[in-house]
Amino acid sequence: MIEIKNLTKSFGSNLIWKDVSFRIEDGETLAVIGKSGCGKSVLLKHLNALLYPDSGKIIIDGQDLFCLSYSELRIMRKRFGILFQGSALFDSISTFENVAFPLRYFTDQSEEEIRDNVEQALEMVNLEGAGDKATSSLSGGMRKRVGVARAIILKPQYLLYDEPTSGLDPQTSEEINELIVHMADSLDITSIVITHDMHSVLSIAEKVAFLSEQQLCWFGSVEDMKDSDQPDLIDFITASEYQIKND
Amino acid sequence: MESIKQFGQYSLLLYQALRSVTEFSTYRKNLFSEFVKVGYESIPIIILTGFFTGAVLTLQTAYQLDTDLYPSSIVGSIVGQSILIELAAVIGGLVLAGKVGARISTELGTMRVSEQIDALESMGFNSVTFLVIPRVLAGICMFPILYVTAASMGIIGGIIAGAVDGILPAAEFMVGAREFFYPEDVVFGIIKSIVFGFVITSISCYKGYYAFGGAEGVGNATTQATVLGCIFVILTDFILAAVLL
Repeated sequence: MIEIKNLTKSFGSNLIWKDVSFRIEDGETLAVIGKSGCGKSVLLKHLNALLYPDSGKIIIDGQDLFCLSYSELRIMRKRFGILFQGSALFDSISTFENVAFPLRYFTDQSEEEIRDNVEQALEMVNLEGAGDKATSSLSGGMRKRVGVARAIILKPQYLLYDEPTSGLDPQTSEEINELIVHMADSLDITSIVITHDMHSVLSIAEKVAFLSEQQLCWFGSVEDMKDSDQPDLIDFITASEYQIKND
Repeated sequence: MESIKQFGQYSLLLYQALRSVTEFSTYRKNLFSEFVKVGYESIPIIILTGFFTGAVLTLQTAYQLDTDLYPSSIVGSIVGQSILIELAAVIGGLVLAGKVGARISTELGTMRVSEQIDALESMGFNSVTFLVIPRVLAGICMFPILYVTAASMGIIGGIIAGAVDGILPAAEFMVGAREFFYPEDVVFGIIKSIVFGFVITSISCYKGYYAFGGAEGVGNATTQATVLGCIFVILTDFILAAVLL
């Protein structure tokens, strides 16, 4: 379980958000939504202590993330898998080696075991046989899939997705949404998805956190969101519906 | 104020690197590939630079000493000693500040802005151990080898230029070079090259590791790494000369 308590973050004099608090139960899929620039990705980076807050806490299974020593933090980070916005694949090595990367350094697996695990992970993301490809030759959707395969290779407890469908066509976005649901179901993973794509939210999430006006404006289930009377959230949903219709 | 902050950040990065230098298994693979990139791949430019530095120095020294007051072998003495004490290390350092420094800062800068460093950290890697230590160690280990290459090529360049231009025969050049050859000059040159290797790679790592702002940010980081690398080569050259000579 992840508990976020009174998190406040600013960059210099620029306040990103203040007093953000919510809780994610094990096995849930949470979507963090909001306008571009509202600090969604900044929040995601706090969940892995890639950024530190000005004040507040993140408690992960009873451990205060920001009180951990660096060596404890490295152990904690292995419980997370992250799909970064641009996939963050290592461009100097092949697709196979990208997925095998954590296994080579953090496990004692033999070459054969590594090959089996990587092929299994690539199969889960529907990329069988793509291991030999250079990452630079992959399409946007394929890069996201490889990113997911790499994120799940160490069987993490939590999977974080940063804008998984941004820059993708509707069909590929749908495939990625299905992949997120499949990952959550088949691996029993707690997922946190940063997105501004309402179609994704409705497809994958059970809970929603809405960031706006430098604070957490709304938090609740997807069903409750539809009936919410929070004006900023209504505006956001209306704008998204308008965009979906126009698309 | 910004300079003090940057110096603090640079010191902290080096401290983090020093603390994790024992995690050899993390950077073993990278270390070998950095030896190749920093050392082996720099050999052609170092051969070229060293050779022509020696050749030009011979021609200019002969031009300046065009008198019967000195034996022509003095050209070999001056060229040999200048190359061993100063030119092989400094010119090599300046060239490598461009070649090696720019490559390191661009590589790490691109990794930073494309979130590859974040990806490493998020997997539980110590990115400093993984990225910074092998590059700095490669600089410290490979620059002395490149110095020896540059110095050898400088002397060969001097001999050939002298012989081809009819200034002095190769044997006479070597007589002069041997007469004023002191092994401690080579030791001094090697010490310089080790320091330059450390300065250039650590500054480039620092600039690349903390790059921000997309392609423009990587460009800025690379420019700063190259310029600072050159400045600190000259600065440390002066300090070492003052302390060690």
